[in-house]
Amino acid sequence: MKYLATGLMALSATAVSAQEKPVLNVYTYDSFVTEWGPGPAIEKAFEETCACDLVFTAAGDGAALLARLRLEGARTKADVVLGLDTNLTGAAAETGLFAQYDGAAIAFDLPVEWEDDTFVPYDWGYFAFVHDRALADAPDSFRALADSDLKIVIQDPRSSTPGLGLLLWVKAAYGDGAESIWADLSDNIVTVTKGWSEAYGMFLEGEADMVLSYTTSPAYHLIAEDDDSKTTAPFTEGHYLQIEVAGAVASSDQPELARAFLDFMVTDAFQSVIPTTNWMYPAVTPEGGLPKGFDTLVTPETALLFPAGEATEARDTALEEWLRALGR
Amino acid sequence: MLRFDRLDLRQGAFRLTADLTIAKGDRVTVMGPSGAGKSTLLAAIGGFFAPASGAIVWDGHAIDGLPPGQRPVSTIFQDNNLFPHLTLFQNTAMGVRPSGRASAAETAQIHEALEAVGLSGMGARKPATLSGGQQSRAALARMLVQARPIVLLDEPFSALGPALRAEMIGLVTALCDRTEATLLMVSHDPGDALLLGGDLMLVAESVVHPPEEAAGALAAPGPALAAYLGPTRPG
Amino acid sequence: MVARAGPVTALRPLGFSAAALVLVLIGGSVVAVLVRAEGGFSLAPQDWAALRFTVLQAALSALCSVVLAVPVARALARRRFAGRGVLVTLMGAPFILPVIVAVLGLVMVFGRAGWVSDLLGVFGIAPLNIYGLKGVVLAHVFFNLPLATRLILQGWLAIPAERFRLAASLGAGPRDIARLLERPMLRAVLPGTVMVIFLICTTSFAVALALGGGPRATTVELAIYQAFRFDFDLGRAAVLALLQLALSAVAAMVALWVAVPSDASGGLDRTVERWDATRTGLRVMDTGLIVLAALFLLLPLLAIALRGLPQIAALDAAVWAAAWRSLWVAGVSVIVTLALALPLALTIADLRARPRVARGVEIVVYLAVATSPLVIGTGLFLLIFPFADPVALALPVTALVNGVMALPFALRAMVPAATETEARFGRLAASLGLTGTARLRLLTLPRLRRSLGFSAALAAALSLGDLGVITLFADPGEATLPLLLYRLMAGYQMDAAAGVALLLLALSLGVFWLLDRGGRVDAEV
Repeated sequence: MKYLATGLMALSATAVSAQEKPVLNVYTYDSFVTEWGPGPAIEKAFEETCACDLVFTAAGDGAALLARLRLEGARTKADVVLGLDTNLTGAAAETGLFAQYDGAAIAFDLPVEWEDDTFVPYDWGYFAFVHDRALADAPDSFRALADSDLKIVIQDPRSSTPGLGLLLWVKAAYGDGAESIWADLSDNIVTVTKGWSEAYGMFLEGEADMVLSYTTSPAYHLIAEDDDSKTTAPFTEGHYLQIEVAGAVASSDQPELARAFLDFMVTDAFQSVIPTTNWMYPAVTPEGGLPKGFDTLVTPETALLFPAGEATEARDTALEEWLRALGR
Repeated sequence: MLRFDRLDLRQGAFRLTADLTIAKGDRVTVMGPSGAGKSTLLAAIGGFFAPASGAIVWDGHAIDGLPPGQRPVSTIFQDNNLFPHLTLFQNTAMGVRPSGRASAAETAQIHEALEAVGLSGMGARKPATLSGGQQSRAALARMLVQARPIVLLDEPFSALGPALRAEMIGLVTALCDRTEATLLMVSHDPGDALLLGGDLMLVAESVVHPPEEAAGALAAPGPALAAYLGPTRPG
Repeated sequence: MVARAGPVTALRPLGFSAAALVLVLIGGSVVAVLVRAEGGFSLAPQDWAALRFTVLQAALSALCSVVLAVPVARALARRRFAGRGVLVTLMGAPFILPVIVAVLGLVMVFGRAGWVSDLLGVFGIAPLNIYGLKGVVLAHVFFNLPLATRLILQGWLAIPAERFRLAASLGAGPRDIARLLERPMLRAVLPGTVMVIFLICTTSFAVALALGGGPRATTVELAIYQAFRFDFDLGRAAVLALLQLALSAVAAMVALWVAVPSDASGGLDRTVERWDATRTGLRVMDTGLIVLAALFLLLPLLAIALRGLPQIAALDAAVWAAAWRSLWVAGVSVIVTLALALPLALTIADLRARPRVARGVEIVVYLAVATSPLVIGTGLFLLIFPFADPVALALPVTALVNGVMALPFALRAMVPAATETEARFGRLAASLGLTGTARLRLLTLPRLRRSLGFSAALAAALSLGDLGVITLFADPGEATLPLLLYRLMAGYQMDAAAGVALLLLALSLGVFWLLDRGGRVDAEV
């Protein structure tokens, strides 16, 4: 009896504290919430301003995140979904699960104009091929890469975000010529992996000269490991852009909090954490500027991006071409 | 009294019928050609073979429906009579109670049984460390503590030499005298029947023949037995 | 047999319940996904190509694993040398490695810039190119050769010593032994072994893709992945999973139909001693085989160990917490596996008189490894979500699924032991009235101890190394060791990940060795 009473007291205590402190559920991808990712610092910073409990739920990567939300549908407990990219926003908006964002107009530091009434960008980066600085004759285009004997490891667009990025990169740069670029690239491709980790790991073990990653990847090695041996190859066709966004869920029982979080997302407290935890460019450059080391990164002259509405269609065509070219 | 009441055993083309009575305390040697059904008959008594029809009756009660462990029967098989992972004591103890957890009185009884079969002091050993004769003795020790009124021996000593076999049959006889058990022993050797004394029961031509006094039957065999024994007769 | 009197028969309801649970888990998941699917579904031509490739690579992988495992198992069965036990355990490690670790280990040794290519380079020979179908088969052989060797080795050890003695007394040479004793044993053991490996390989995806060299190596599992996350076409995902199951069911049926039950009469557990195979030529051949197999399997492990060793001191508290969580999950998985496998194995052994039913039960269980992990995870998620928070149930669900996934391997080890026990001691036990828990304690458990230990070891190690369904359920703060490993790699922390990989390898091996040994100590005589 005594234990039961204690238990009930404990239970009511949690209930009370829960009443006092509303919970904001944020669904995001795995690497966002690890102890070395942006999650912990952002949770702490937001909880200081909101008098709420921010709870992250992790689900694989961006595509898995959207699939998870679709599985749960309107019954989801998610209030905010953070971690979709511009290749997914079209499909995400179509689900009707997201609420419109009517926050203040923000001056984003993005390479492209941003117009969207649902999703708010929080970081961005360019896809690029990472290689050792020591590599002689680094190619300056897909054409040059295809003509070289260099070996690359890439990711499968069907199972990986960067893989899909590369698919759209080639499509955006070459249009109807994409299939023949892929055919010419096929003898450069050592292998295609399920995810980024396998590919990057294989590259680090010396299995290929270059690996598909981000222009920001060398910043990790430089800043975290004090290793400046990695760089990326600038391509004259331009580089495909990945913009990562968050959106509020329409069925949320905490719409104000969700909006407050999206507002918070573009402030310094959030943005200053991004570069050295998520290893991407912040969507709004914080007051202190970018961390030292980011100035050494390659900055592409041309940014390529399919608008959200066209991404899905371009994706399906490009995938067919990719399968045909590499399946031979 | 063990009675086979119009017992009919069938398996595929095989068939064996029995309609006879064995008196309590009798010692019966079961003989007959290979494949005639000696082991099948024992399996039916032991509860491992369901009769097509008829009944096996002990002391006025049909025992057919009982599971093997609840029949008034101890069986010693041709082989695999001991659990190799258990000690002799544990193997014997299973005859008292299958759970193996023997009381103090039962422990004494088990030791006594091991002594009776000439294995005193060997209770802690495992079967693999024993000779063939010793393994047979261990199985007999268990039979002794089981103290069931019917004992079935399915050629358990066929692997032993003549002297050892004679010794074992002597031991079985002595043990059965102690427990007043009814004994059925399958054997190919007429000599075993003479050693055991008692009766001889012929299983041949799909029929279990009624038991006859062994020495007499062997001295003047009927046609079926004569056919089984062949031209050489035991002298 | 007097069926109604069988003492094991009392276990049948338990056995059938265990099979039903597996069926509900598999079927329920697939049906849940199918029901949630909106609208129709159709299979694309590339889905059929994926199915063809899946069958091809799985069949090749299974055949190669088994063909190589037979001589290795024979060599291990007839040779005694110092460290043999340790070698057998170590050689089992690839089977329990997380996929990503194994791929990197293989690449470090056999890749373009691997040790072997480096060595070839010294002699001016071009580096190896393992990518393509050969790479897929290489990786699958690396994973499954140990399992095949172990299962076949058990077959060898199950041949009673008395028969080798009989053969020796008849002056039989290695050829005669092969004909008289070994071939019948292989005839009984191989179909099941081929089938199990085939089934494991049917759901391969990350390995097949990474070493397959490109989209030519698209398996059904990748097609499911694509349907799920690329097109969010749940109907297609479920239909593909069903296709995968149907394929596996056919394979399982063929294997069980081809397999002849081994003649299970046995002798008294004396240690197997071999009088044949004393010729120098055979000795050299066996030694060579053992060395080659050990090199093939151990070099990638060594590469992983060398890569991780400098990092092991730097592992932080989060890693140890994850390790502890993984051990907890593994412990529960072992309980699940044994609690289901024991009644299942005894029921299957008891059902010998009704082989079709027994086969049906076995096939249902084997399908567990052949079911798409993604579909099981998604299905369970859909089933749990309306009633409870899936995240809160992440660890128990992972333990349950891992436990069930280990069942087929447990059955492969336990069914023969149970059948043999029933054949040798069934009558004796029945005549003594040995039933219920006493039978379990005095007969079943001691006789099955070896296979129980092996099953527990395998279940624990598999569970430790497997991501299972946890990716869909994962709580950010409650990562298991493999999940932590993946997250570290995704966060550029390849060095820390290498340290975790080594820890995971050491833990899996340690647990495997402990449990497997626990089953073998004193198990003989």
